[in-house]
Amino acid sequence: MIYDVVILGGGPAGLAAAVEAKNAGAENVLILERDRELGGILNQCIHNGFGLHTFNEELTGPEYAERYIDQVIALNIPYLLNTMVLDLHDNGALKSIHMINEENGYLIIEARAVILTMGCRERTSGAIGIPGYRPSGVFTAGTAQRFINMEGYLPGKEVVILGSGDIGLIMARRMTLEGAHVQAVCELMPYSNGLVRNIVQCLDDYNIPLKLSHTITFIHGKDRLEGVTIAKVDEKLKVIPKTEEFIPCDTLLLSVGLIPENEITRNAGIVIDNRTNGAIVGELRQTSMPGVFACGNVVHVHDLVDFVSEEAVLAGKGAVNYINGDLASEITFTTSNGDGIGYVVPQQVAIKNVADKVTFYMRVRQVFQDQVVNAYIGDQLIATKKEPKLLPAEMINFNITKDVLAQYPAGEIRFVVEEAR
Amino acid sequence: MYDIAIIGAGIAGSYIARELTRYKLDIVLLDGENDVGNQITMANSAIVHAGFDASATKLKGKFNAPGNIMYEKVCDDLDVPFKRCGSLVVAHDEYEMATIHDLYQNGLKNGVPGLQILFKNAVHAMEPNLNKAICGALYAPTAGIVSPFELCIHAAENAVDNGVTLKTNHLVSDIKNHHGHFEIITNGENVKAKYVINAAGLYADDIYAMVGKPYFKLRARKGHYFIFDKEAGALVNSVIFPCPSKKGKGILVAPTVHGNLLIGPDAEPVSDKSDLATTGERLDYIKENALKNCPDLPFNKIIRSYAGLRNTPVRDTFTTTDGDFIIEESPVRGFINVAGYESPGLSSIPVVARYVVESIVKPMIPNIEENHNYNPKVRKHLRFDEMTDAEKVEIIKADPKYGKVICRCETITEGEIIDVIHRNAGARSVKAVKKRTRAGMGRCQGGFCSPRVVEILARELNVRLDDIMYDQQDSAYILSGHTKSVKEEA
Repeated sequence: MIYDVVILGGGPAGLAAAVEAKNAGAENVLILERDRELGGILNQCIHNGFGLHTFNEELTGPEYAERYIDQVIALNIPYLLNTMVLDLHDNGALKSIHMINEENGYLIIEARAVILTMGCRERTSGAIGIPGYRPSGVFTAGTAQRFINMEGYLPGKEVVILGSGDIGLIMARRMTLEGAHVQAVCELMPYSNGLVRNIVQCLDDYNIPLKLSHTITFIHGKDRLEGVTIAKVDEKLKVIPKTEEFIPCDTLLLSVGLIPENEITRNAGIVIDNRTNGAIVGELRQTSMPGVFACGNVVHVHDLVDFVSEEAVLAGKGAVNYINGDLASEITFTTSNGDGIGYVVPQQVAIKNVADKVTFYMRVRQVFQDQVVNAYIGDQLIATKKEPKLLPAEMINFNITKDVLAQYPAGEIRFVVEEAR
Repeated sequence: MYDIAIIGAGIAGSYIARELTRYKLDIVLLDGENDVGNQITMANSAIVHAGFDASATKLKGKFNAPGNIMYEKVCDDLDVPFKRCGSLVVAHDEYEMATIHDLYQNGLKNGVPGLQILFKNAVHAMEPNLNKAICGALYAPTAGIVSPFELCIHAAENAVDNGVTLKTNHLVSDIKNHHGHFEIITNGENVKAKYVINAAGLYADDIYAMVGKPYFKLRARKGHYFIFDKEAGALVNSVIFPCPSKKGKGILVAPTVHGNLLIGPDAEPVSDKSDLATTGERLDYIKENALKNCPDLPFNKIIRSYAGLRNTPVRDTFTTTDGDFIIEESPVRGFINVAGYESPGLSSIPVVARYVVESIVKPMIPNIEENHNYNPKVRKHLRFDEMTDAEKVEIIKADPKYGKVICRCETITEGEIIDVIHRNAGARSVKAVKKRTRAGMGRCQGGFCSPRVVEILARELNVRLDDIMYDQQDSAYILSGHTKSVKEEA
């Protein structure tokens, strides 16, 4: 059987992309999910706060996922669970997907279009190389979340958290509610990497101290974690001597960043942006391989699931336009990150595919007060985005209308943080 | 009463146990840890040296090259990944080239085959990512890379297949010499045996001191390592050693048999034999020195850093070292020491084990009988990721558990994990599963798969999730009990 659109991943991005592809006219859509149920990482995010933008209400992770799962079921979109995709090959008009599961064995299917929605994984203690021992009791925040919320077991009782990413903050509250004592959250940077609302609701409300400009300099304990040494860092992030402090604990959670999972993407030969660690994509999330689209955290790490769903709609539309032969391939604009900007998605725009506007997602490199993001083509200022405060933790959505872009034949759109003019 | 008790189930003890099963002997293999191959065997450079370093007058010089040549056969029998990738000792100037010539001559004395001195262009043609200042090298085509813990585990498994009794979590606290047999006191059961082989790694001196007057001391020397993501695995094709100095072999850069890249180790004396803590300064030292030969090392692709310990023998006077293996029947009759077993111990083990059995044990035991049922081969491991598409189709048909991927990064299936739990010398901990299957050794370092591995272990061993340890029994627990909400529901 040849599918119109096959979606690699049944998390929030995959579900929303499938629904959009089906609604836009694709007949045979298939979702492939490696875990035992649809919903992806939302299933273990049992706290609320999801869906404020999309549904104007506060849902838990599983509730948010359910809204989309219900639509997938209503639209009769088939899905395979416990299914691991091994390879994606480009055979010109068709892509072939090699995958395995227990019931069907080794399967090869073909698709006219593919949407990559594999999500992301957590940066590990190995990657950041904290000195000291390598005992049990050091977990990424997401692994601890799975143990607690899915298996009903606590990974420990006296907890220190390194990194103030959102999962770390959420887990500080979660572990407290489940009977553990969280001693501190240490953050290397002088600002938090999590959303402000999470700091208030997860730390402040439970009197958990957030120690900014602090890192862990030593892990103690040969078998099970016995404590950590924390220390203050200077503005160059170097440890300030004599600020070390020993905190006894049996558990260290890490929330030190998320990395898009692009093994399949890389092996397929799709071009990756080394700033986002995701595929280089266009306005409808088309990748460098014609017919292959990508959306959600596999492209760049989002802070709110609502924007993942929004991006998935673009990819679903793009995939259907592609199979209908309605997807323009001439790139009119590329984007670049100037001073203060870490990355911009999409990295390229084909203006013919744009309906009324392009939303550019981006992050700033540091905290900026009283500054704006300006977009230029050449020397020409084409648009400005104003925010009360620019924070690396909070993704910026910068809309530029088609009318503005259409005034230029082609070029590079450069985004810069600068003083308001 | 056992005929022989072997203390220590690292590479030396496990391999000697297997070699001994060529004879009809009642053998017990003891280890204090929760798994075999869990100390020095677990953290070393994983290199099968060609054998040009050590002096021909030492056991190290005598055993290394012949041990190396046996590796294809050994790794075929024991189903262990091994690659004869060759090694280069690189020189930056004429002084170092003089050392290269000395090593070449010494290699010839030790019977190392195929050694060549390469000049600049040949080195860079072979290894395009090396520092352009490198002006020559000693090329040893027989050097190789292996998975040392898999070699040890499979040797232990094969030993048990052939009749050895393995007792892990049996830490030896005392040995009584009853002159005729030894009684070994452990924190598990006590064990009696007519002969003892002391292969206790770093603790072999402490073990010997339980029966005899100490005549050697083991000094722990710590070495730090980094492992890089497989994306960096192709940076070098062969093992790259710097030119050795008085301080040792220096910081090497090597591919691993599983496709990663490894750099290390330094050599730092430590007083605590369980001091495996890494330090920032030493890790930086490794980086700086590895960069001298490989300037393009991508440090953003590091997936793990760790430290291992060597056991360097200091003999007789307690102050000077002759730096050689101690492999002999000790002054205590019936008590054999295999001590100071540091590099090139891994490379030498096939020959050392044969030497221990044929030249030391056999003459001690009258009327020793050959074991005609000895089978040198372990049951093949089915490594899903290495199979052809057709083999993948077949294996999932035969056992659907091979269709369920547990470790995404290394593509390790549930079938493989269940298999290593139920083999002889089987996995009992998350780390034991990781050593055997690589589940958790990839770039996510077990973030996704460790909860699944805990589940599978608990199910297969019929225990609770919180009974499953990361490593050491009781002390390296992963879960501290149920959450408050589960308790309240109950």
